[in-house]
Amino acid sequence: MQVRVYVSPRQGILDPQGRAVENALKSLGFADASNVHIGRYITLEVKGDSRAAVEAEVARMCDQLLANPLIEDYRFEVEGG
Amino acid sequence: MKWGVVRFPGSLDDDDALYALREVLGQDARMLWHKEETLGGVHCIVLPGGFSYGDYLRSGAIARFSPIMRSIAKFADDGGLVLGICNGFQILCEAHLLPGALTRNRSLAFICEQVTIRVENARTPLTRATRAGEVLRIPIKHGEGCYVAPESELRAMEERGQVLFRYVAPDGGLSEAANPNGSMRAIAGVANERFNVFGLMPHPEHAVEGELTGGADGLKLFHSLIEAAR
Repeated sequence: MQVRVYVSPRQGILDPQGRAVENALKSLGFADASNVHIGRYITLEVKGDSRAAVEAEVARMCDQLLANPLIEDYRFEVEGG
Repeated sequence: MKWGVVRFPGSLDDDDALYALREVLGQDARMLWHKEETLGGVHCIVLPGGFSYGDYLRSGAIARFSPIMRSIAKFADDGGLVLGICNGFQILCEAHLLPGALTRNRSLAFICEQVTIRVENARTPLTRATRAGEVLRIPIKHGEGCYVAPESELRAMEERGQVLFRYVAPDGGLSEAANPNGSMRAIAGVANERFNVFGLMPHPEHAVEGELTGGADGLKLFHSLIEAAR
């Protein structure tokens, strides 16, 4: 099944990349842009018999490697199956 | 005292750590390849600086799964001394052998400079040859050294004395300007709850020959470990 994982900086954690890009957008004249955060987008394929099994597997991948729960939040989408 | 310096693909400061231990301190130090599964009876493991596995995903995130890390976790669990410097600190955090995490510097810039850090707890195997409040001059060189941990964890760490070093001005005072990377509570180095695993972003192995590098304060940390292992 096709899986898309979105990892983003945790709320309240300093996100200097997001802040730098926000400042750049403002200086380009996009005054309405705010709350910019930069994360990571990961795609992968996972074999599995059911969507629930794949979801459980991907959650384990996220907790153990793809995200660091101390500083990052994640969510993912599973397609197919 | 026997030391093991771990070399991961992408380690940079392994040779400097070996040089400091062997040539400057006269210690019995050997290089341990990351695929080794035994530690050869060493008393202290050093995880050196660098960019293990290219720092892919997050600094230290992949190195944590190297075969040798299982042995190091067991070694630490048995009370063995482990010192992580820079990337080694990041690896120990990713491996949950130390609390917290290291993220991008507040400035987004890679910083390479001499800094001053204050000893916050001098009663640990890494700091026993220093005095509480002593200011050490040791260089940093990193892009991801901003220490973060949940506020509740930070409070507990402070109470237990796990915060070992803070970035300070040369006179020992705390200030925003003296905190090079935006670390919470200006933390430059920490210990685990048992005080046998240590991590710091500054590089003591680059501060062992005063006439070359502008100071030899790094020696105090190595001397501390040598005393502690006696």
